[in-house]
Amino acid sequence: MLSTVLERVTKVVVDRLGVDESEVKPEASFREDLGADSLDVVELVMEFEDEFETEISDDDAEKIATVGDAVSYIKEKVGE
Amino acid sequence: MGRFDEKTAVVTGASRGIGRTVALRLASEGAKVVVNYSGSQEKAEAVVEEIRSAGGEAFAFQANVSDADQVKEMMDEAIKQFGSIDFLVNNAGITRDNLLMRMKEDEWDDVLAINLKGVFLCTKAVTRQMMRQRAGRIVNLASVVGVVGNAGQANYVAAKAGVIGLTKTTAKELAARNILVNAVAPGFITTDMTDELGEEMKEQLLSTIPLGKLGSAEDVAGTVAFLLSDEAKYITGQTINVDGGMVM
Repeated sequence: MLSTVLERVTKVVVDRLGVDESEVKPEASFREDLGADSLDVVELVMEFEDEFETEISDDDAEKIATVGDAVSYIKEKVGE
Repeated sequence: MGRFDEKTAVVTGASRGIGRTVALRLASEGAKVVVNYSGSQEKAEAVVEEIRSAGGEAFAFQANVSDADQVKEMMDEAIKQFGSIDFLVNNAGITRDNLLMRMKEDEWDDVLAINLKGVFLCTKAVTRQMMRQRAGRIVNLASVVGVVGNAGQANYVAAKAGVIGLTKTTAKELAARNILVNAVAPGFITTDMTDELGEEMKEQLLSTIPLGKLGSAEDVAGTVAFLLSDEAKYITGQTINVDGGMVM
């Protein structure tokens, strides 16, 4: 069965930031809640691009601050 | 076997002068090299030919380093052909010398565009790839005049001083990703650029150089190669003067 966008985003975040899966809630901010620095966020966006085989422009990337932001952006982008 | 076997390098402004020598040096130690040029296609192809005839790998790519789209195309092509970009040597540079009072705005803009913005654009364009690799080395060609100033070169000096600051900042931003960024600041090196100086000017210059002679492009290339080597793996954010002791 295909994983949902949220599950896949969660896995990327857990792998990249080394946080517990339970912390990766939609309202969690990468920087405020999950301990990412600004470069970590850049890298997260790069990994989302790889995971979902899409390109995220710098302008769009700047708007992605929380797990929920990432999920809804990706859903819209890949048309799920 | 060389110390840069399996490594890939992009050298900007590599059709002549220091850039050419750096490209040949890296290739001679095993690196696959992208020979970037802006106008001198024949000279760039000659560099590529020289590398290939010695058994190395290289290709020439025309790109104006101050044009973001062209820079991106070049880096994409480097990754496509070689699979990685391990080294970036930001060497492309021009001069439009004039006294400040006489300097035209376009003389200022042209030099800043190539010599400073070009470094920013090329660095930005390789950062993503180097972050993915979790490794990378960037060497920027600055100049000792960027440290001490030089009458008649307000634009060039400002750009080169800018390169030194950019080097430090890039080094800080990327250190956590194992990307090392340093600058090499040549003093007076025999190249096309310094050949244009008058004899009197040269004599005067020599008197300011403790080692009493001009440097060679090989002297600079050797330092660049050192900074790209494993021996320099604990050095980042530094500017190394290669100037016969002119600036201490």
